[in-house]
Amino acid sequence: MPATFDQKIHETLADANLQLAIYTATGRLMDHRKHAVEPAALPDYQELRTNAHAIKQHAIDHLDHYLEQFEANVTAHGGKVVYAKDATEAADFVLALAKQHGARLIVKSKSMTTEEIDLNERLAHHDLEPVETDLGEYILQLAHQRPYHIVAPALHMTRYDVADIFARRLGVPNETVIEKQTMTARAVLRQKFLAADIGISGANFLVADSGAVVVVENEGNARLTTSAPAVHIAIAGIEKVIPRAQDLAVFLKLLARSATGQALTVYTSFLSGPRRAGEIDGPEEFYVVLLDNGRSRLLADREKRQSLYCIRCGACLNHCPVYRKIGGHSFPWIYSGPIGAIITPQFLGVMREPGLPFASSLCGACAEVCPVKIDIPKVLLELRAEVKKAEEREGKGRVERLAFKLWAWVMCHPRMYEMAAMAARSLAPADNSGWMRRVPALMDLPPVRAWLSQRDLPPAPPRSFREMWRKR
Amino acid sequence: MSREHVLHKVRTALGRTAGQAIAEPPPARLRIPVVDVETRIASLLRNVEALAGKTRRVATREDARAYVSGVLDSKSAVASNAPFLRECGITELPGVRSGLTDAHELRVHCATAGLGITSADYALADTGTLVMLASADEARLISLLPPVHIAVVPAERVLTSLDELFTVVPHPDARTSSMVLITGPSRTADIEQILVRGVHGPGEIHVVVVG
Repeated sequence: MPATFDQKIHETLADANLQLAIYTATGRLMDHRKHAVEPAALPDYQELRTNAHAIKQHAIDHLDHYLEQFEANVTAHGGKVVYAKDATEAADFVLALAKQHGARLIVKSKSMTTEEIDLNERLAHHDLEPVETDLGEYILQLAHQRPYHIVAPALHMTRYDVADIFARRLGVPNETVIEKQTMTARAVLRQKFLAADIGISGANFLVADSGAVVVVENEGNARLTTSAPAVHIAIAGIEKVIPRAQDLAVFLKLLARSATGQALTVYTSFLSGPRRAGEIDGPEEFYVVLLDNGRSRLLADREKRQSLYCIRCGACLNHCPVYRKIGGHSFPWIYSGPIGAIITPQFLGVMREPGLPFASSLCGACAEVCPVKIDIPKVLLELRAEVKKAEEREGKGRVERLAFKLWAWVMCHPRMYEMAAMAARSLAPADNSGWMRRVPALMDLPPVRAWLSQRDLPPAPPRSFREMWRKR
Repeated sequence: MSREHVLHKVRTALGRTAGQAIAEPPPARLRIPVVDVETRIASLLRNVEALAGKTRRVATREDARAYVSGVLDSKSAVASNAPFLRECGITELPGVRSGLTDAHELRVHCATAGLGITSADYALADTGTLVMLASADEARLISLLPPVHIAVVPAERVLTSLDELFTVVPHPDARTSSMVLITGPSRTADIEQILVRGVHGPGEIHVVVVG
């Protein structure tokens, strides 16, 4: 495992405050979800999941058709669809449009897709001022940090961190009351909304039969972003398209419940094109950037294709025993948790962070809570196989392969197994934590040490089952 | 830009050809329980209250005007051009500005008003939701910029759920460029998961059902 992933994990594990923050926040989100999907609250929850999976499967299997239908309908409503094959093309489009409008100030609502393409950095580099307006994202932008969680971006921060960031970056007095911090952000950002030339949003869904972008949120910042400036640009991955507006009845029931336990988020905006004749306000121009950025590569594999069904609710993060210990910033890319572990290798290549698909206990909690029933453990296993194949091609992992061959041989020979178990018992007792964390000097080799640095082994029992069986 | 490039990659990966016919999508899943109007209204009000919204059921338009007048309490307000508000006499209340049709003027008024008063095209009982379709009658910013939003809704516009909404309005885009569902006051829990209301949108919402 490369040093950075490993190191970040250990840093997170060693930070008691951070551990408490992650544990508390994810625990609360788990609780909220549980109450929102229990039979009394949503009797047909399982049916809805099955239906959502079927709709996503159908949409992704016919993605070209629905993209073209979406495009035709946006165009019919007076909007414009732009396809971008990668981050550069998406940013170039925004830059060109900003130049054409003489724009400088850009308000943004929360979008993982724009995080994915480093849009803020690219825009700032060309003297534009992109301002994040979701409270959590705004705090992170001021602190120059990445989102810690798909739906709760500043999950790792405390009110004291926020007080410090606001004081330093906004020049306001140090204020630790959360309500007052929120009102500070409201006042600063309200001015930005009213002065902005362009608003950039993401999209939770693209509705093919309506040419509509659907955005869900709680704060009202996405409504302001898409209503106040004269130009609205939505940037979305091509996988976000669903066939019909009526399908929203299924997805909207699942999304907020899975994410935060709300029946619906405070605001759900269904936006199809610019302001129409007769309408009083709203943007005069409406653009949708359809981003590929590696997504079309994922389509080729029938099994792994389901990774694109994700609706970014974050439930798999909250329920993942690994995410709950190692947190969001240990992950190599902006998508963290189980969904991050399956999409990151497919977007960036499995060898970018070969340890990623292995950082899972395969407990299956992620698949159980996924509102669109993505079989994450299955995809993880496929990716593990790909990593091993790639390592073999690169001539790596010889020691590990040898170790497993030896293991297999020992397991197939009962006498050898018993001897090995006896040796383990006398040579490697548990330490005072009750776990086996050190190996005897004879076996203290770098690969063994590396293997154990990620794993706790229970100590060998004083007597084996075989011994007990013989003496019964 | 890359239209053909992206579509070509998608088709190749899926093994499809341009313009190839598609299988039928799974049938739309819309279930509408039969619920009488009084139960629907009671459920709407209960759900709005559960989200810390304020509610009032009134029998007549005059009562609706009286309620709004009470909330108004000499503050300034922008009211939408919805005919129902005019019929209730709400647009005539002192301090209420209505009849705005210019985007700039509307924005200036909304940015300083203490209250935004609208009607709603529909309300959803199951979730305590207001459904607002942007039009010449309803501007987007009235329910968004002022710190308080009052929605005055005729009783017959209360539907059961999302399923009924998408049955009644299967194609929202045929009617408006913007359909917004509003479920409770604006809120955030981004700092330590502590709930704070009124972060960007109104922190106070009143739903008045008339009739």
